[in-house]
Amino acid sequence: MAVLENVSRRAVLLGMGAGALVLSLGLPTAAQEEPLKFGADAMPHGWQDDPRIFVAIDPDGTVTVTVHRSEMGQGVRTSIAMAVADELDADWARVRVAQAPGDEPTFGNQDTDGSRSLRHFFHPMRRAGAAARQMLREAAAAEWGVPVDEVTAENHILAHAASGQQAGYGDMATRAAGGQVPARESLTLKSPDQFRYIGRDDIGLIDNPAIVTGGTVYGIDAKADGMLFAVIARPPVIGGRVASHDATAALEMPGVERVVVIDPPPQPSEFQPLGGVAVIATNTWAAMRGREALVIEWDNGDHGAYDSEAFRGELEQAARSTDGAVVRNQGDALTALQEAPRRSEAEYYIPHLAQAPMEPPSALAMIRDGKCEVWACVQAPQVTRVRVAEKLGLDPKDVTVNVTLLGGGFGRKSKPDFVLEAAVLSREMDGRPVKVTWTREDDLHHSFYHTVSVEHLQAGLDQDGRPVAWLHRTAAPTIGSIFAPDPMQKLPFELGMGLTNMPLDIPNVRAENPQAQAHTRIGWYRSVSNIPHAFAIQSFIAELAHEAGRDHRDYLLEVIGPARKIDPTEQGDVWNYGEDPARYPIDTGRLRRVIETASDAAGWGKEMPARSGLGLAAHYSFVSYVAVAAEVEVGEDGNVRVPVVHIAIDCGPHVNPDRIRSQMEGAVIMGTGQALMSQITFAEGRAQQDNFDSYLVPRMDSSPREIHVHLVGGEDPDQPLGGVGEPGLPPVTPAIVNAIFAATGQRIRRLPVGNQLTS
Amino acid sequence: MDLTVNGQARNFGGDPDMPLLWYLRDELGLTGTKFGCGAGYCGACVVHIDGVASFSCVTPMTVAEGAEVVTIEGLSPDASHPVQVAWRELNVAQCGYCQSGQMMQAAALLAETPDPTDDDIDGVMTQNICRCGTYPRIRAAIKRAAGQEAG
Repeated sequence: MAVLENVSRRAVLLGMGAGALVLSLGLPTAAQEEPLKFGADAMPHGWQDDPRIFVAIDPDGTVTVTVHRSEMGQGVRTSIAMAVADELDADWARVRVAQAPGDEPTFGNQDTDGSRSLRHFFHPMRRAGAAARQMLREAAAAEWGVPVDEVTAENHILAHAASGQQAGYGDMATRAAGGQVPARESLTLKSPDQFRYIGRDDIGLIDNPAIVTGGTVYGIDAKADGMLFAVIARPPVIGGRVASHDATAALEMPGVERVVVIDPPPQPSEFQPLGGVAVIATNTWAAMRGREALVIEWDNGDHGAYDSEAFRGELEQAARSTDGAVVRNQGDALTALQEAPRRSEAEYYIPHLAQAPMEPPSALAMIRDGKCEVWACVQAPQVTRVRVAEKLGLDPKDVTVNVTLLGGGFGRKSKPDFVLEAAVLSREMDGRPVKVTWTREDDLHHSFYHTVSVEHLQAGLDQDGRPVAWLHRTAAPTIGSIFAPDPMQKLPFELGMGLTNMPLDIPNVRAENPQAQAHTRIGWYRSVSNIPHAFAIQSFIAELAHEAGRDHRDYLLEVIGPARKIDPTEQGDVWNYGEDPARYPIDTGRLRRVIETASDAAGWGKEMPARSGLGLAAHYSFVSYVAVAAEVEVGEDGNVRVPVVHIAIDCGPHVNPDRIRSQMEGAVIMGTGQALMSQITFAEGRAQQDNFDSYLVPRMDSSPREIHVHLVGGEDPDQPLGGVGEPGLPPVTPAIVNAIFAATGQRIRRLPVGNQLTS
Repeated sequence: MDLTVNGQARNFGGDPDMPLLWYLRDELGLTGTKFGCGAGYCGACVVHIDGVASFSCVTPMTVAEGAEVVTIEGLSPDASHPVQVAWRELNVAQCGYCQSGQMMQAAALLAETPDPTDDDIDGVMTQNICRCGTYPRIRAAIKRAAGQEAG
């Protein structure tokens, strides 16, 4: 535990510290000595709700909301501004946002991951807005010499009805700023019928005007006077290093200023740069040309033989072995499997994936007077700040991390290796501003990849084909391998993504986690281990339904069982997405309802044309409930089209419904890619995909033409919020694969489908 | 070599092999045009060269010589191009990164085919990748910009 605490704060907050404890000691005992913390309270630096941090009002009435979470397409800058502006009762037309730099002690937790920005900050941000409104009312009351409870504040106007006095928010801004911040307990938040913006579907994205004119600034767009441009040749195999290099030709390229060797990090390398040879030039193109001219011999280190096809065999062996760690055990699954009248088993393979955000990793750094300033597209600006400070031997307070917009993140930009590269190169150039740009090849060759998994499932079935015993073995390299000498087993937060918290109504359940070694960098990828777990479980249930001759939806609902609330910590999940199981139990009634909604909307049971099929899947993740009903057409040539998808989500109250819809639309498309075409393979230790010609991702013609999003639930305003950014993804892929089975009778157990259906 | 960028006369004296993309971004500071793949696979870099949607990442400066280049910054003087309006109204963007290229591609499509079918849209827009998955809204926005539907 001590080792882990030092290597990564983020790892600890994701339950890794607790995980080490569980793996070695069983269920936690030490944790019981102090009260457990949940939600934002359990995150590093917790939360703040001080209006002086988040709300500024200019004398001209402009309201500036400081957003401390990173914008990567989920709409957080708009949604947080909506929450603040609503309680402030501001005129939306006069609301702007400012992006906070990386500074958690000031702003509270900034790790933009885990689908929790609104989940953790909706209420603090509302309180910040409400407190600012109260301060404005108090300022007006003092100015006018009237009781504060007679002063109203609506839509940017303060008024005292009895005396007829009125003022704009800007008029009272200076006086309010000098006032007392009201006590948190004294604030009354709005009831839903008073909401001005929250829950509305027609609030445009706050960055729309800049987006449609090309005025947005992403990390790759950052500029500084005298800036130099760098690209880096990195070791093609993880753990590799430069054996020798010749930079003569590179240095002769016009525009090339310097060639710098960056030392490789010790392994495991956490978020450290991979090392390699950097070419620094007066423009990006010159740097790229210079890199092409480098002559480098690589020492590949320990992983030069990594071959993903051979490794699949290793994972299959592991998944068939009986000596894996038991990570969940209810009843007696092994005996029940033996005694069941029938038994079924299946194995599923889910390959490595790369996040491949459209903006490749890119960052600008400069050092002046012993202070470093960076501009970067990072999901974790605070971690970036600390790592840059460590790298340069500075105090974190002397490092400023300016957070740009992120041109997609999907987990890749949680890791600031590319920012550290820029900082190191700026130091090499005596502090001059250096922008490091990754090419697409760099991005695909040096990602923190989604893991690769073999999922082995067995079910013992009663006379009617219903499961009475369930065994699930998951074999996959762990994200923990970037933090600690290969732990070989998945961490509790990975297991808690659909395995240890799997909510099916089966009396005997056993989950095992055989060992698997990492041979490349493994990292977070949108929805993380929910991808393999949901794919395997939701495919297997469809297979069992077919074996039993049952309708898949009926069977799925029956296996989920009646509506009930489950405490996942009673099943072996010690994480529960960091949330209090009392506030966030798994509610199978909500899971049932999204299944019914999506399948009804898709016309479940309708007659389908030949080689067309409807498939269904559902999954609980990030404390939200999602079901997908997908329609596919399989051509005679084996090509799969997905014309229509219905997706239903219950994520509790809907703060920004338009952005929930857009996240579901995006999840459907990303999940279509995972089903049909996307994978990263390795040979001789190197990722084999170079660019979008070989790393295939959905394009318009391979994406569903119709995606219908159904927002379910949210009626109870006091229900805690669920996640939105990630939970849409896991059920999409199994729904499509189940639809392919319905269309063709062919069961796909190995992703992606690729050309498996071509005869 | 001489060229026009968003109506302004420009002169370039650097590496003639440099792709137009890097001239726009690094030399002119017009960063609305994006780098996504460097190989003409993703469309993030699409600009208009003499009215034709082109991948600026694989267009050497020699090809742009004498041309009129229009980037997202020059698509309209006041964000009033029907494509820009529709993109805003339908909240097409998620992260927004690819949308400059998407809008430039869509504007060229509509200039050529003012009343596109779904297949017309697929045929052209498939050149542009969006990892956030905004394709359904891009399709709807193109139809709206074409005046085909109210919403």
